[in-house]
Amino acid sequence: MSAIRPRPTGHPLRRMWGLFLRHYYVSAGSWTRLVEMIYWPTVQVVIWGFITEFLYTNSSFVARAFGVLLAGALLWDILFRGQLGVAVSFLEEIWSRNLAQLFTSPLRPAEYIASLMVLSLVRTLLGLIPAAALASAFFGFNVAELGLSMIAFFFNLIVMGWAIAMVVCGLVLRYGLGAENLAWALMFALAPICGIYYPISVLPEWLQAVSTGLPASYVFEGMRAVLVDKTVRFDLMAQAAALNLVYLVVGIGAFVAFFRNARIRGQLVHVGE
Amino acid sequence: MDSSAIEVAGLVKRFDKVTAVDGIDFTVAAGGFTALLGANGAGKTTTIAMILGLIVPTAGTITVLGEDMLKHRYRVLPRINFSSPYVDMPKRLTVRQNLVTYAHLYGVAGVAAKIEAVAQALEFTDYLKRTYGTLSSGQRTRVALAKALLNDPEILMLDEPTASLDPDTADWVRGYLLDYQRRTGATILLASHNMSEVERLCRDVVILKAGKIVAQGAPAALIDRYGRGTLEEVFLDIARDRRAGVAVQ
Repeated sequence: MSAIRPRPTGHPLRRMWGLFLRHYYVSAGSWTRLVEMIYWPTVQVVIWGFITEFLYTNSSFVARAFGVLLAGALLWDILFRGQLGVAVSFLEEIWSRNLAQLFTSPLRPAEYIASLMVLSLVRTLLGLIPAAALASAFFGFNVAELGLSMIAFFFNLIVMGWAIAMVVCGLVLRYGLGAENLAWALMFALAPICGIYYPISVLPEWLQAVSTGLPASYVFEGMRAVLVDKTVRFDLMAQAAALNLVYLVVGIGAFVAFFRNARIRGQLVHVGE
Repeated sequence: MDSSAIEVAGLVKRFDKVTAVDGIDFTVAAGGFTALLGANGAGKTTTIAMILGLIVPTAGTITVLGEDMLKHRYRVLPRINFSSPYVDMPKRLTVRQNLVTYAHLYGVAGVAAKIEAVAQALEFTDYLKRTYGTLSSGQRTRVALAKALLNDPEILMLDEPTASLDPDTADWVRGYLLDYQRRTGATILLASHNMSEVERLCRDVVILKAGKIVAQGAPAALIDRYGRGTLEEVFLDIARDRRAGVAVQ
């Protein structure tokens, strides 16, 4: 055999960089995608900004804590964009029939999952930062009012988004593109019960029970505690983090199980067709 | 070095009640150019997908470059590559961006120089900046082949590399593969149902029918064994169950 071939020496971070570049090229090459990343969080802030302005003079609740609705809108976007960031990056591979190419390369599933999470983090921040700046400039609400709690809120929400996205990706692997709408629909099903704009105490008792199983519910309660009661509730953040640990293990476990099943069923070759 | 690059033993794949691959055994010699032949649904693509680790076999063993692919495929994947018309690349990326992505995934050293080299070798430097989605089938085939050659694979697996190509481009691809194999000594496993292509390129042939191996050997030996003039006639005899009395192994 010829001696002209040097052995490739791939490092996990280099493979992750390769995947990151692939998605960077897609986004950077399409102004519509870049605008879309910023557009929806901005629209959310504008709507909730005006609602806040109106309610500030008509609602004692909002009068007590000016930014409570805007903060809810911004935090909800972290959860939603975090989930969507993973799910859409995965769907991109299926839409372009690229999945088999990826998984015959040295890229390991763990590296793939980590790459999706990094991509989601970047996409979420790209959408969030302009929206937060807009909330400050036009509506006088600065996310810094949430203090260091914002870091805990951010990571608890994005991790929950990642965990749910992993299950969605697994379901798409198992059931094909017929399941892709879950990437958008699933989070909206959770929105009413995690108390984004109102305390979960307003929910019927049985829904409150469901709500206690969602890490996001503790984050939104914690957000209201900071803005309304001027109290940092470490207990709520700890409960959210503990639940998120379970979510992440279940989410990644589900993806790995669906991935294994896809290899048994031959789905990696045909998914997307 | 072990004399066989790929060893497949007792390989079975069942999808629910359908048996796609039914207990096949074959080896591909290191530095060999071997073809998997068969009609549509014979099990060629499933066999290649199992060798690559995309599909988990129901039974059997696959050893590639001395490693058990079912246990240690990540030791082998950096050393092999593949191309298939059934998979694609991101269409919104330029050709260069696609190749940069895969160069990083395969840990290729000197990414820019390597891409220039494969683009020159495969004669597509003029469309490195074009988006992949705007390329013709022939151009995409060259790019897919370039992706498969980025890591200088010791084993190259090609699933119908000339499917949907015009005769001129198909002939160019065959010539390139032959030249590449001679230059590098790489092992090439090719799935095809183009008999003249296989006769021109391959030293060994494995013919599959309904998931089983029904004939195996050098093209000339098979033609001689079946008393025919071309490999295509041999293939048609097998496909249509003619000359059933001939020993096939």
